[in-house]
Formats: sequence, structure tokens, C-alpha cells
Amino acid sequence: MNLNRTTSFQLDWLTVIVFTALVVFGYFNILSASVAGEFTSYLDISKPYGKQLFFILSSFVLIILTLAVDVKFYERFASIIYLGSILTLVGLFIFGKQVNGAISWYDFGGMTLQPSEFAKFATVLALAKYISDLQTNIKEQKDQIRAAILVGVPAGLILLQNDAGSTLVFASLFFVFYREGIPQYYLLFAVFIAFLGIGTLKFSALSVCLTLAGLLLIYQLFFKRKKKKIGGVLTILICSIGLSFGVQWAYNNVLQKHQQDRIGLWLRLEKDPVKLESMKRNISYNLNESEKAIRSGGTFGKGFMDGTRTKGNFVPEQHTDYIFSTVGEEWGFLGSSSVIILFLILILRILYLAEQQKSQFSRVYGYGVASILFAHFLINIGMVMGLIPTIGIPLPFFSYGGSGLWSFTILIFIFLKLDSNRLNEW
Amino acid sequence: MRKILLFGLVILTGICFTGRLYYLQIYTANEFDIDNDNAIRKVFHYPKRGYIYDRNDSLLVANQPSYDVMVIPGEVEPLDTILFCNLLKIDNNAFLKSYKRAKNYSPRLPSPFLRHLSKEDYAFLSEKLRKFKGFYIQKRSLRDYQTSIGANVLGYIAEANNKEIAKDSYYRLGDMIGKQGVEVSYEKKLRGVKGVKYIQKDIYNRDIGAYKQGAFDTLPVPGKDIKITIDSELQAYGELLMQNKIGGIVAIEPSTGEILSLVSAPSYNPNLLVGRQRSKNYTKLYSDTIHRPLIDKGLTRMHVPGSPFKLLVALTALQENAITPKTNIICSERYVYGKNKRVMKCHCGGGFRNLDSGISYSCNSYFAMAFRTTIEKYSNASESMDIWSSHIKSFGLGNFLGNDLSVGKKGNIPDGSYYDKWYPEFQWGATTIISNAIGQGEILVTPIQLANMTAAIANKGYYYTPHIIKSIEGEDMDPNFTTPKQTSIEPKYYDAIIEGMHNVYNKGTADFLKVPGIEICGKTGTAENFTKIDGVRQQLTDHSIFVAFAPKDDPKIAIAILVENGYYGSRWAGRIASLMVEKYIKGEVTLKRMERLVIEKSLEDEYLKPYSGKPFKINDQ
Repeated sequence: MNLNRTTSFQLDWLTVIVFTALVVFGYFNILSASVAGEFTSYLDISKPYGKQLFFILSSFVLIILTLAVDVKFYERFASIIYLGSILTLVGLFIFGKQVNGAISWYDFGGMTLQPSEFAKFATVLALAKYISDLQTNIKEQKDQIRAAILVGVPAGLILLQNDAGSTLVFASLFFVFYREGIPQYYLLFAVFIAFLGIGTLKFSALSVCLTLAGLLLIYQLFFKRKKKKIGGVLTILICSIGLSFGVQWAYNNVLQKHQQDRIGLWLRLEKDPVKLESMKRNISYNLNESEKAIRSGGTFGKGFMDGTRTKGNFVPEQHTDYIFSTVGEEWGFLGSSSVIILFLILILRILYLAEQQKSQFSRVYGYGVASILFAHFLINIGMVMGLIPTIGIPLPFFSYGGSGLWSFTILIFIFLKLDSNRLNEW
Repeated sequence: MRKILLFGLVILTGICFTGRLYYLQIYTANEFDIDNDNAIRKVFHYPKRGYIYDRNDSLLVANQPSYDVMVIPGEVEPLDTILFCNLLKIDNNAFLKSYKRAKNYSPRLPSPFLRHLSKEDYAFLSEKLRKFKGFYIQKRSLRDYQTSIGANVLGYIAEANNKEIAKDSYYRLGDMIGKQGVEVSYEKKLRGVKGVKYIQKDIYNRDIGAYKQGAFDTLPVPGKDIKITIDSELQAYGELLMQNKIGGIVAIEPSTGEILSLVSAPSYNPNLLVGRQRSKNYTKLYSDTIHRPLIDKGLTRMHVPGSPFKLLVALTALQENAITPKTNIICSERYVYGKNKRVMKCHCGGGFRNLDSGISYSCNSYFAMAFRTTIEKYSNASESMDIWSSHIKSFGLGNFLGNDLSVGKKGNIPDGSYYDKWYPEFQWGATTIISNAIGQGEILVTPIQLANMTAAIANKGYYYTPHIIKSIEGEDMDPNFTTPKQTSIEPKYYDAIIEGMHNVYNKGTADFLKVPGIEICGKTGTAENFTKIDGVRQQLTDHSIFVAFAPKDDPKIAIAILVENGYYGSRWAGRIASLMVEKYIKGEVTLKRMERLVIEKSLEDEYLKPYSGKPFKINDQ
């Protein structure tokens, strides 16, 4: 431990450096992806790259503000920030602006703000505050449910605004719960549900249930010590059957057509290679173009501003959700794996620092930051490379957008502020 | 466990992502290739194709612009076909046919829709065509022949076919490539290098600017003008003399190896293979299987050489000391040889024959003796035959000459192993293969080989590889064409042969072909001519052959002439030789009667005889 960190202002410079590197590299990729033929000026505010430069500069103002505020502020005002965030989310239903079917934006005369981005750090703050409260014991079911509601409210509101991707990010806070001591079987249950769900969609509810019943029967007959009691096994079976058919029903009736298609394509439900190929080209057109762009980059890439597929706008949404394909095309394997390594360093460093915290509030908050970043990293890059179904969420620091950049900046720098203060506590 | 779960998952994700990147960008990567990226459009700029001049700087081949209507089927929008067809002056069927063909080739790439618009049509259409999306006019360059002669030498250009495109990636569908003559031999010099512009496209196939600010763009390099060795006046005269006959004339300048004229008869007007009527005309020329006008007979017609070959038999015999110029025989108009007293007839008139009179009267008996003596000099016939064969081959016979003409034939000069294979069980000897002595037998030559042989005799022992290129703009000559090739016969033996050839004109078989004021040396030849008609081997009228060079003391021209089915050598080939020599050396022809006879006489009946289905006689006057 670094004993030179004395008073109130000792930043973790590794995190700052990695953060800065990601933001700067991100900017150049947005520049390349959005310059599209005619370049006017770096400051041209009508172009994404011009706006992004403005967002980056203003986020440095936010950093100074975030760091200037007294460290106790965040813990004390966590509830207020949270409630304010919920209000802005609710307000969207009245004042919000609809873009691509999602009502996620406030429009202030050309400037748009996306409250769901800010809800992330507000929720993490509130969760940290709640879990670190002396009266809260997360090992108790009552408190687990309250904490889950705390996360569930903003997540539910965002889902109602038709932004399923962002909702999924909130699920990553499960890691915080787990770290803070919810029982082990929650994890087993989550993994079991995931396998059950995927198995159901890939094969069918019936076959999954029959297989499960067979396995449980073998367990009951050969491995269980108290053979008379079959209640537990039966409960698991009945719940699983219910869940399995529930998943199947939800897939067919709750999910929208494009969501069904994306999941169906990911699970390769279509066997005919010709049809599969045409599905790839139509349903996951973006993904197909994105993979082509990444593949065309090869080992060393085509060079900055020289990506032919980026320049020709072959990948839709390239400067937002698909920005990683620009990295892949222009910087090749070396550049894109460097980005992955930078993200790993950032997330692992935050996790490490979180574990070092003496106050539970800081630790929970740090864990929440790492979980949120990990969720974005996993979903976005996984999607752009075709490893997981298409879910539209931005890549932190890389994707174009002010709300996202500001939100991630605040998210990280609140933690760095908390971290800088850890030696001063007690 | 609780602390490391997220740690572990983050690291696992990192490994998965890096693995996926490795799979995408290294393992299955399509290495970036500017020519195969469909985000980049390539626009070619075709340079001017080099002009072709003759040895006296008169322009033979230039260029003319041509305009093609091109179509990119994928970009075509619904259109008023009636209006469109009226504009292009085509009917609806032709429209559908062309459109379908273009679509079958590729919906994305441009295909020719209507070729060779006239200049007037182009001016009219270039405005109107803009309304029709997916159609545009491409300018091309076609050849413009300033002459109607030398089609076989000049050749023609046409669109490169799939085989040629596969062989050389420079060519793309629609590019022109040389197909015959010097257009093939000097294709790379003449065509230059096309320039290319790389243009970045967007997803809607629109151009959005130069790729990398044009860093990879290249300018076209214009094709080079070339000058060929043909004397177009002599060439034209040769073609005139050969009209209504089948055969070839090859004239070479012995002191340089330059081909002065290369006549293939019948030929065609090169302008037939340019423009809209090209494919119709080509089919017509291609399907004429009697005259085969597309075949260069001077280069590819293999035949037995007949009597001119006796010159080499004599030279070989002299070199091998089998005879001397004074060796003599008494010819009884027949040469009897072998155990079974086989007979070779001789038409020299009989009597006392030495080398000189043997050549001038073309005495079969004399050369049968010379050949036999040569072959029997060594104990083993096969070994002797090898030595004989290598002497003959040193004159450029029996192999490709290594010239700069796109077609050729090796011919055949047998050696020892050739006959060992032919007679595996049989002890063969000189008498078995005696017909080689008089240029019949297994010997096969082409007219250009005969001309080259004559040039080597005129030079007394060496020749320059015959070539068609006189100079290429800004380039040195290929040293292959400027270094003399020595024959294996010592120079001292040539004098007697040349004297004999001179006496062919003075008193021998060509004494009626003398040209006033020019000392010509020559040799007549009559080649037996067999062919297969409907699977039956038949003898047709002999080929008339003649070789000559002149003047005797300072040879300016060596010439070989083949007139198919022309009967004896002096009858057609000899006359043509005299006329050509006089034309070249004097610049004008005084032998007007001979000229008229040659020009007016047609051998067409002779060529049609075998196909008439009726019995026919050969070798009648």
C-alpha cells in the first residue's frame, strides 16, 4: 500500500491513464467513422466528431467538478441523486423524444440527454448506500428484496422505454449482491436458469424437461441417501418445467420479432445453410458487415482513416454501437486486442481497488462500477464480433454520445474520489 | 470464491475476445487487397496503342475511336424500352438478348451492351443516354489500318478471352489484346500500361472520392510505336503476284536477317476484322477451310523441300569430304541402288554430271550419290546420320527459329535415332533413306526456314535470326537478332554451291527466268504432295518451290517461295522469285509479260479438284 498518499487528493493514476487512453483512441475512431467523405473542421459541431470533441472537453470539466466535491457528499446525497434520476426517467414518458422506437431522450433544442445513462451511477450509488447501511444485512431475504427493488425500478422504467439493452446492464449488479454475501445457491440458480433457457430455445421445452426428469430420476434412484423423500426433487422438476415452458412462451409471445430473429440466429435455429446465409445478410445485416470490416483489417489494419468499409459507411451505426468494427478494420488485430487489454486493465484495476476499500460504501460502489463497465464491454464487443445476440448498447468511451461519455466519466471519477480518500477514513 | 468470480469472468471474457479477434483477423482473414475490395471502384484509363510503321516509315496501323454502350444491370431502373430501342436503333428482341447476357455475366459489373457506335450516333446519344440509369458510353480505341496488305504480319486485336485473362491478370473482360502477327509478338510494347484510379464507394455504390487521395492511382503509359522490317511495296507486290494461288513468300535481307516481306496467300483485308462486322467477317474467314486465309502459310506450312534441299546435301558432303566439287558421275536418268536394284528416276537429261551441273540441272543421281557417300563414310549409319542431321540443323532447319513471330512450325530433320525407332528390327542404311538426298523423304520445312537457309548460303556460312522488328521507340534491338549464327559448314565450300546456283539461271532449270542486269542465284524445287481426302491417301499436283538470292556478289535479298499445287518449281515459284527480286532491287519490273502471266493465272481449279468428287489428273500442264 502506498503510504505516500497523504491527504485528500491522491488519484489512482493507472486508472486515469487508461481512461484517457481509451477516450482519446475512441475519439480518433469516431472521427474516422463519421468523417464520411468531406472533412470540414475538428470543431464542426454539426458532425459527430465535432460534437464528440466537445463532449470530451466538457467531460474534463465534469471530472474536476466530481473530484472537487467533498467525498462525504456522495454517500450523504446518494438517495437524493437516485430519486432525482428516477424522476428524470419517469419524466421521459411525458417530455421524452422518441428515437428509433425508444423514448430515451430529452431534447433541449438540439442537445439531447439520455437519463438512462445517468441512472447507472445513481443506482450504483443508492445500492452502495443501502447495502453499507448498518441496519441492512444483505444475507437476509427482506433486505435482498429491497435492494433488488432499488435496482429493479430504474431497470423496469428503462425497459418500458423500449431500451432492453440498457436494462440488461442493470442485471450485472448481481455481481455486487453476490460479492456482498447473498447465498451461493442464487448463483447456481442463475446459471441453471441460463442453461435451462438456452437449452429450451435451442432444442425445445419438452426435450429439456424430459432430459431433466431423466437425470433427476437417476439421481433419486442411485445417488440420494434418503430415498423416501422425493419432495425436493419433485419441486425442482415442477419449477423447471414451469420455467422451461415459460421461457418458450415468453420467446414466442413477449419478445418482438427482431429480438426473436437475433436470438434464433445466434442459436443457429435455422439449419439450412442457404437460408442461414440469407438470414445473416438480412436480419443481422449490421453484424455481417461489422464482421466483414473486422476481418478485412487483418493483423495490422488498413491504417487510420484508411478503412475502406468504414469510409464507405458499409457498417450502419458504426460511430455508435459498432465503433469497434472501425478499430478492427483500421488498426487490425494489434489495435483491437490492445483495446481489449486496456478494458481488462481498467476493469480489473477498479475491482482491485474496490477490494482495497475500507468503507463498505466505497467497496460496493467500486464493485458496481466494475460490473457496469464489464456488462457494456461484454455485450458490446461480443455483439460486434458476433459472439452474442445483437443487443444495442454503447462501448464505453468509444461509442459516440455525450450522455454515455459523461455518465461513465462520473461513474469512474466518483469512485476515484472515494478511493483517493480511503486512507483518511478512520 | 466470492471475490474472484468477477475477476475470473473478466479475464475469461478478455481471452474469448482475443481468441475471436485472432480467428477473424488472422486465422480466417481476407488479406486486404485493393483490387478485390468491393468498397473500391477501379476506373481504368487506356493508353494509346502504339502505331506500326514499315521499314520505310510509312504508317501501316493507327488507331480510331470507337464508342460502346455499356450497361450495369444492377443499376438499371425501369425504362421506356420503346424509346430506348429507337434511340439505339435496335429492336426489342436485341434489347432483351443483350440485357440478359449482361445480367448473366454479372449484375454488378459493366458489360458491353451495344458495340461500335458511329461518331454521329455517339454525339447524339451521349446527351440522351443520361436519362437511363445504368447505361453509359465507354470510349475505346480500335485499330485503323492504313493499308489493305499484310494482314498476316500485322495481325489484329480483339477482346481478351477468358483463357487470356486467366493467364495474365493485367487483362479484364473487354480489354483488347493482340491475337495475331506483331500485335501478339509486341503486345506489351504496343499496348503500354493502362492507368487506374481507385475510387472509394459507399454502401449505396456512390463514389465518395479518391481512395487515399489517389496515392495508389497510376497514370497510363502510352504504347510504343514500332517499326517493322516489312517493305510494304514489296509486300503488296508479293500479294498481288500470289493472288488466286495458295502459298507463301518469305524474303529476307541476308546481311541483317530482316524480313522484307512475308506473304501468305490468300490473305484478307485487315480492316475486315475491325468494327461492327468483325465477328461476321471472322466467321467467314475462319470457315474457309480450303484457303484458310487466317493461317500464315509462310510461317506454318510444312512441306517437303524438294530440290533446294540438295544444296545442303552437297554442302554436308563437301564438309565431310565425301565429295569434292570435281567429283563426277555419269547420269543415266536413273539412280540404281540397293540389293534389289531399286531405281530413283532423274529428269536432268542425263550425261556427265559434276557438282556444278548437278545443281544447275538438279540431277537426282548426283545428290543420291553425295548423300550415300556421306552416310556410308562412317561405319555406323545411325552415327553418320546424326552428324549429317546436325549439319543440316545448323541452318535453322528442324526447329523453331527463335524469331519474333507468334506462330511457327519446327519442321523435321531426321537423325539416327529417328530411323532406329522407325526400323527397330532392320539394319537401315543410306539407301533405305535415299529420298532425303533430293529433299523428299522425311524432311519437312517451312517457307521461312527455306528463306533463312538461302540467306545462310548467300552469307557463305552464317545467318541472322529472321525477325520482323526493325526498331521500337526508345529501345535497343534484341541482341538475339544482331548476333550472327554460324553454320557448321566452312565458308570455303560455299563458292562451288553458289556457282551452281548461278548456273541454274545461266543454263539450268531456270534459264528462262533471267532478270536483265541482276545476277541471281537460285534453285528450283518440286515437292511431292500427298494428302488425305476422306481418309484415303492421295497424291495431288506437286508444290512449286523456289529459293533464290541476289545479287550474287552482294546479296540484298534471299527469298523462298511456295506455290501449293503449282507443279514444277520454275513454273510459278521461279517466275515469282524473279519478279520479286527485280521489284526489290530495281524498284520496278521490266518483265511485263511474265508479270501478266503470273497475275492472271489462277490455280483455283487445281485447289477445287480434290473436292469435286470426280476423278482428276495431277501434274498436267
